[in-house]
Amino acid sequence: MKKTTFSTLALFLGPGLAVLLIFFFLPVMAAFILSFTDFNIYSLGNPDYLRFVGFDNYMKLFSDDMFWTALKNTFYFVIAGGPLSIAASLGAAILLNSKLIRFKGIFRLTYFLPVVTTLVAVAIVWRYIYHPRYGLLNYFLGFCGIDPLDWLGDPHLAMPAIIIMAVWKNFGYNMIIFIAGLQNIPEELYEAASLEGASAWQKFRNITLPMLAPTTIFITIITMIGYFQLFAEPYVMTQGGPLNSTLSIVLYMYQEGFRWWNIGYSTAIAFSLFIIILIGTVIQFRVQKALEK
Amino acid sequence: MKSKLIFLLLSAAIFWSCGNHTADKTTITFWAIGAEGEQVSKLIPEFERQNPGIKVRVQQIPWTAAHEKLITAFASETLPDVFQVGNTWVPEFEALGTVEPLDDYLMKSGVIRDTSFFEGILSTNEIDGKIYGIPWYVDTRVLFYRTDVIEKAGYSSPPKTWNELYDLSKKIKAQNPENYAFFLPTNEWLPFILFGIQNGSALLKNNDSYGDFSGKPFREAFEYLAKYYYDGLAPKDMQAVMNIYQAFTEAYFSMLITGPWNVTEMKNRLPAQMQNKWMTAPLPSPDSVYPGYSLAGGSSIVINKNSGKKNLAWKFIEFLSSHEIQYRFYNQVSALPSVKSVWDEPALKNDKYMQAFYVQLNRTKATPKIPEWEQIVFAKIQQYAEFVAAKKLTVEEALKELDSDTDKILEKRRWILEKEGKL
Amino acid sequence: MKKILLYSTAIFVAVITFLPFLWMISASLMHQGQANTYPPRLLPESIDTSHYYKLFSSLDLSGYLVNSVVISLGVTVFSLLINSMGGYAFAKFRFRRKDTIFNFLLTSMIIPGQVTMLPVFLTLKNMGLINTYWAIIVPGMASIFGIFLIRQYCYSIPDSLIEAAKMDGASDFKIYLKVILPLTKPILVTLGIFSFMGTWNDFLWPLIVMTDSGMYTLPVALANLMGEHVQDTELMMAGSVVTILPVLIVFLVLQKYYIKGIMMGSVKG
Repeated sequence: MKKTTFSTLALFLGPGLAVLLIFFFLPVMAAFILSFTDFNIYSLGNPDYLRFVGFDNYMKLFSDDMFWTALKNTFYFVIAGGPLSIAASLGAAILLNSKLIRFKGIFRLTYFLPVVTTLVAVAIVWRYIYHPRYGLLNYFLGFCGIDPLDWLGDPHLAMPAIIIMAVWKNFGYNMIIFIAGLQNIPEELYEAASLEGASAWQKFRNITLPMLAPTTIFITIITMIGYFQLFAEPYVMTQGGPLNSTLSIVLYMYQEGFRWWNIGYSTAIAFSLFIIILIGTVIQFRVQKALEK
Repeated sequence: MKSKLIFLLLSAAIFWSCGNHTADKTTITFWAIGAEGEQVSKLIPEFERQNPGIKVRVQQIPWTAAHEKLITAFASETLPDVFQVGNTWVPEFEALGTVEPLDDYLMKSGVIRDTSFFEGILSTNEIDGKIYGIPWYVDTRVLFYRTDVIEKAGYSSPPKTWNELYDLSKKIKAQNPENYAFFLPTNEWLPFILFGIQNGSALLKNNDSYGDFSGKPFREAFEYLAKYYYDGLAPKDMQAVMNIYQAFTEAYFSMLITGPWNVTEMKNRLPAQMQNKWMTAPLPSPDSVYPGYSLAGGSSIVINKNSGKKNLAWKFIEFLSSHEIQYRFYNQVSALPSVKSVWDEPALKNDKYMQAFYVQLNRTKATPKIPEWEQIVFAKIQQYAEFVAAKKLTVEEALKELDSDTDKILEKRRWILEKEGKL
Repeated sequence: MKKILLYSTAIFVAVITFLPFLWMISASLMHQGQANTYPPRLLPESIDTSHYYKLFSSLDLSGYLVNSVVISLGVTVFSLLINSMGGYAFAKFRFRRKDTIFNFLLTSMIIPGQVTMLPVFLTLKNMGLINTYWAIIVPGMASIFGIFLIRQYCYSIPDSLIEAAKMDGASDFKIYLKVILPLTKPILVTLGIFSFMGTWNDFLWPLIVMTDSGMYTLPVALANLMGEHVQDTELMMAGSVVTILPVLIVFLVLQKYYIKGIMMGSVKG
């Protein structure tokens, strides 16, 4: 095959690459430059009021309690919510992969419903479900003898409440990927293990988990990237409160950027998030490499 | 074929959406905020009747997103011809150079003049001697209290000084230790600023370029309020008070400082047997001059400097400021009239709850008029109030940090002031 | 015994996932104030559709519905066109540094979109696109994920088919139109659903670029409504139903493509 001509290339790749360049790569670079300036509301009114401040914005992050709070909350969400939602996905996938269950399609569909629904709408629904007096959750907990909890009003409970909702919303997505992974495991492995008298747990431990490792790594990475970008849930449900207990990095970035127009600072926050995600991804790739060996 | 059709329809719809917004020369766009914004639409037919040929398009935005919406609209040059702002935001829009000075309009107006408005309220719209906003409705805080509870505690009239307020709170608490006396929500910055201002604090110093929260007046006020938490006179657990009307009915607390909208809410939400058991009063004072200052709050209307229809916009402002319309708006949403003469109307004069507001409106002060102010109160003050109430920080530590946070926010302002030789 | 256990678990999970929806629908049909009672009601006393009526009359949700539909369809159509051309080119064309460019694109997928928000906002402003449908459609026209998905699928198309068409004298564009597009239909449907749902459900971006409330999409309008009507539980639930319903329908009709797409996206390239 000979090389494709330039005009054909331009026709096919031009539009896509142009859009990506104008609306993604150049903005990333612009944001990077902005993060070294003190662009804020004054600069918006008068471009003379703009200074290059070097690493000041990044240094300021270190002494900014709000940023640390946001960081802590985001890590809380990622570290507690991530594994929880992956475990829920895996559990559901194994359940639906079982040969004993019929009507798989219906179950799968039901489990998947929260994934496709609009986050803002379900966040509003959950706000009412979490209502301390009239909410369904407290009502059902009441049957188990648990006193009403103020889910979104108590600083210790607000983040768990958001995590519960996020797990509910997201587990269906990864479940599908896990099901695909499970179906790729050769049946003979299980049969052989059964012949040797392995228990269900042993089979899970020695066959399912290792065979699913690549899928799990993939899921961990996409879940982590997604969860680090927590925004709409706290924006709609708690506005970051109470006591900043649900202030996430993206929410903080949004507030600094679009509420107060501290753009320089806000882009610095965004890049810190990028660096954190980058480190997280690299670590997981390393883990993957180590596992493969 | 079908997909081509969809594509065509879609493109048509998209282009239509672009062309749709080049409104004609006689339509002005007005952005209004919150419940008042919802209600103001009902006045528009009257305006259009009085001003044939002028049309008004009203857009309503909720308070929670109003500030970012307005600034974003400024950044994208999509601000409307005329819009509502919280009157503490006026300095911000002045700094952006996007609001029209209104002194000339006001001077020539046959409907309103500067003396039509409460002095303290109008002054919030004044920056370096120029007026940028016309007060639309006003808002100030007064004391709401349970008449029966304070009577039982031995007070025949509401507290007039800080000492009385504290003493009364102690007595209320003593009657029923399960309950509290005074509602001082930690997630609201307002009471803290209010008591500081009452005590004579300017809040900022050196041409508003440094925080002055550690200064004596503010510190004393903060310490005074902190006592309410420490002595169990004010609930510090905000979750316990999900519904303030219910809490007020149950005498979980018997006094709170709040605004005019709660007069309507209390009338609607408190049970019938409660209705003769509550009252409003002007704020107690740290010294002997009663009442103490309250905040000059409310909303103003400003005109976009880049609007091509400023005269029409001004006509609309005059309309909203006219005696009749102000009175009608009061009856419609209970938004307190900014025009003083309206307060002589029987509906206001004979309303026993409104008297306190009238007295208080004549004694208000503005918060510092700088663009950063909102950011300081919004992000910082309530944060430290929460920490003090939870005893995570002492008052002194909290205020020191508050000052240092404030100084950081004001760094750029200092730089600009220096550049302009004003520091 | 094991079967009963499995079934009860499966049903239990299904109930948990479905209950919020059930309550949402049920509460949206209750009389004003009935959703705020103790103990909570699960079903309305009698059906009350007045909240839906209010949404479409005085609150004028239909305008937002139109916005959402046009924007989501717009993104879908353009992204299908542009991404499929790009994905096809990366799969089948031969040019220098192809893999380098593609790997660069793939790697940059980990940059969170939030980084670019402010500059993109300012760019759109300079183009005069704020408060138009284009403000959402244009930046969404190409996505790295979309190009990636199409490329993966195009690999399964044998080169011989393309060569044969070339022999017949077909131009590159004609080959794309007549050979590639029909063959990639399943993945196009998948990508279309992804684009549609992603755009429909997006909140942050429309919140920023639509300063004119007449241009809001449904989720933004809904969050806006929350500001003044947080007490009106039944009304808010009706609004949520209206917001969710269209995506739900799209999903139910095309679910098998969607699920296939997720599985494909998870296959590492």
